[in-house]
Amino acid sequence: MPKLLEAIGLHAAYGASKVLHGIDFLVEEGGVTCLLGANGAGKTTTLRAISGMVRTSGEIHFAGVRIDGRATEDIARVGIAHVPDGRGTFMELTVEENLRLGAYTRPDRAFREDLAQVFDYFPRLQQRMYQQAGTLSGGEQQMLAIGRALLLRPRLLLLDEPSFGLAPLIVEEVFTILHRINLEQRMSILVVEQNANLALAISERAYLLETGRMVMAGSAAELATNEAIRRSYLGF
Amino acid sequence: MIGLLHQILSGLVTGGIYASVALALVMIYQSTHHVNFAQGEMATFSTYIALALIDAGLPYWGAFVATVVISFIMGAVIQIVLMRPMANAPVLSSVGVFIGLLLVFNSLTGWIFSYTIKSFPSPFESSRPLLGGFLSPHELGATVVTLAVLVAVYLFFRHTKLGLAMRAAAFNPVSSRLVGIRVGHMLALGWGLAATLGAVAGMMIAPVVFLDPNMMSGILLYAFAGALLGGIDNPAGAVIGGFAVGVIENLGGAYVVGTELKLSLALFTIVAVLVFRPNGLFGRVLVTRV
Amino acid sequence: MAGARTLAIIAGSACAAALAFGLSGYHLFQLTMVVTYAIAILGLNIVTGYNGQISLGHGAFYAIGAYVTAILISNYDVPYWATLPVSALICAAFGFAFGLPALRLGGLYLALTTFALAVALPQLLKYPALEPWTGGVQGIVISKPEAPFGLKLSADQWLYLFTLAIGAVMFLLAANLLSGRIGRAIRAVRDNPIAAEAMGVDLALLKTRTFAVSALYTGVAGSLGAIAVQFVAPDSFSVFLSITLFVGLVVGGVASISGAIFGAAFIVFVPNLAEQVSKAAAGAVYGVILIAFLYFIPSGFAGMARRILQRMLPQRPAMVVRAEVGARENGHA
Repeated sequence: MPKLLEAIGLHAAYGASKVLHGIDFLVEEGGVTCLLGANGAGKTTTLRAISGMVRTSGEIHFAGVRIDGRATEDIARVGIAHVPDGRGTFMELTVEENLRLGAYTRPDRAFREDLAQVFDYFPRLQQRMYQQAGTLSGGEQQMLAIGRALLLRPRLLLLDEPSFGLAPLIVEEVFTILHRINLEQRMSILVVEQNANLALAISERAYLLETGRMVMAGSAAELATNEAIRRSYLGF
Repeated sequence: MIGLLHQILSGLVTGGIYASVALALVMIYQSTHHVNFAQGEMATFSTYIALALIDAGLPYWGAFVATVVISFIMGAVIQIVLMRPMANAPVLSSVGVFIGLLLVFNSLTGWIFSYTIKSFPSPFESSRPLLGGFLSPHELGATVVTLAVLVAVYLFFRHTKLGLAMRAAAFNPVSSRLVGIRVGHMLALGWGLAATLGAVAGMMIAPVVFLDPNMMSGILLYAFAGALLGGIDNPAGAVIGGFAVGVIENLGGAYVVGTELKLSLALFTIVAVLVFRPNGLFGRVLVTRV
Repeated sequence: MAGARTLAIIAGSACAAALAFGLSGYHLFQLTMVVTYAIAILGLNIVTGYNGQISLGHGAFYAIGAYVTAILISNYDVPYWATLPVSALICAAFGFAFGLPALRLGGLYLALTTFALAVALPQLLKYPALEPWTGGVQGIVISKPEAPFGLKLSADQWLYLFTLAIGAVMFLLAANLLSGRIGRAIRAVRDNPIAAEAMGVDLALLKTRTFAVSALYTGVAGSLGAIAVQFVAPDSFSVFLSITLFVGLVVGGVASISGAIFGAAFIVFVPNLAEQVSKAAAGAVYGVILIAFLYFIPSGFAGMARRILQRMLPQRPAMVVRAEVGARENGHA
């Protein structure tokens, strides 16, 4: 599969504290890649680095173009949708307005067309359409965030801990839908997760991050069977 | 009874002016959590520009439109040049810049247009009062213009994509950038709109109170009171608050404290709101589930 | 270190006192006003610089102090020096009462309310019902005090020395207050309110008390100003007085004791220069300089002076300098 996104020697820092120390990784077109690691390993920072939300050095190539150093909004406009940690809901706005904002860079007609598809994945959003988004449950907000990201019609979807704070049943539902989105739309996905079992189940490629360094890379199957990973991250 | 009705009506007329300025304040507050202390002086400066254009021979409505456009550009440029670098500065610095702007606009106005009090023309001039003598034609016309502007602003924010993006940028700049909204542009637009609202308010009140470089400082105070009364983070509340303060001012001035202390009513309103209802009447209590 | 600062203030005041015998008339009056405004700005600095609560209406306390002194002198024949403690108490009480509702909320509420107070004040002072005391629009004229005890000093010299002595005492008291335990709590509220509250500081009460002390300082300055100018009237105390004090604070140096003196010198001398260009120019110059300082020299003249001194004396920093730096580091710890 051709590579869609590639990071080479990526460093990132918040002010004086460095979080990423020169990591390399790639995301293949049409595939699901997952980034595993413990709390504080730098997973969220990696996604933020791609979206230009932190100061970085090193290179990030997306579809053959260098995007490092660009403004966050420009990176969104080249086709990278980012579902941030905490879901980034516009709490004060309605569900409909949240979704409309997802399609902000596209014509109104495209929004109406794609909305049906989002409702197909997340029928519950349709029922909540005119409700204030802040009143949604955590699971619904996660669905709203993914729906918002899909409406950008991205080439790459970045997901930051989609399972965070959700009940196990809801987590399963979300991951099933993510899997469907990948299959049905050939959507490339880079997902960051603490829940390694779930993430590996829908991924083809996987990386393991430890304190800002990439310590393992390979196919999801390889990582899932690796003894060390099993013990530390899969918990059996 | 007739007198009371008259006071309430003319309170609503000036209330519209306060509502516009209060809305301008709240728009900037919502997106940046800054209170623009220079809003009044900027509006005064705009009003002088309108007068200069009229004196130069432009018809009234031509000057009106030109002033609106100039004020919009002025507001946006101030945001881009002065406020943008202050985005992450301590509060004291941003307040200081607003105070600096206030000083610069106030003395520029005096410098360019002189400190003498000037009369300002009204497009609604005619000698006979309307509504059975309750309102002058200018009062009625100014109210119509003010309301039209407020409705237009409402429709813009509610029903246009750009308006939605501006609200989103105010509530959640991080998420806004992630969906591709240029938050910096939205802030500049917000400043432009706020300056426009102030300019219209200035042009509508100037025929009543006459034009001098300190014309808007009292009006800014009523607008503060209106914004706090309605809830400093609630645009609709600020508009209602502005009208309410107009009525309070007129009734209080006529029946309670006398016209000499009218300005202090704004101060009392502010303190009363802080003591009894710090979030304002319509302060938004956000419902959230985590 | 506190000792070094005390010494510096006493030595500085002694040098300043010597000026009384070199200058005369208008220049002495200007210096008197520098000291007066320095006290006023120090007051503002206590609440805005050290405590982080922005006041845009300190001119109001200056006005209250001025009026208390003028009324006591003209209506009740109180000697001018005896009006100072009265004015201090009244202004502190006003500050406390006014700060209570606004400071409970934090954020910009204090800036908003104090700004409103400053804008509304002239109208309040003109209120006809108060005219027997305030003199309405006309204001009150008082006479210049003569040197006591048969001292061979002109009235100008005496007034300058009197003001300077009061100023020295107030600066000493402020320096002590701010370098001690209370001062640490005051700065903690600015730098880390959550931690301060966790450590048992009652935020609202401490902020309100600080505001009261600050109002007291500025009020006493107002009294001294009234005695020096020999005249109070509502229009001398417009919102621009408050803004001027704020400009002095920023330009002199936020959270710096010596900054108050720099700031006062700035607001006394710069408008004089600017007004030679145009009557309107003073405001514009203030505005532009204020914005320029915020962008380029946010630590004000005091910060600039400190850096220059440090560069000149790299091996043995002067005691004053070290005290100042220490205060700053504490402030930001």
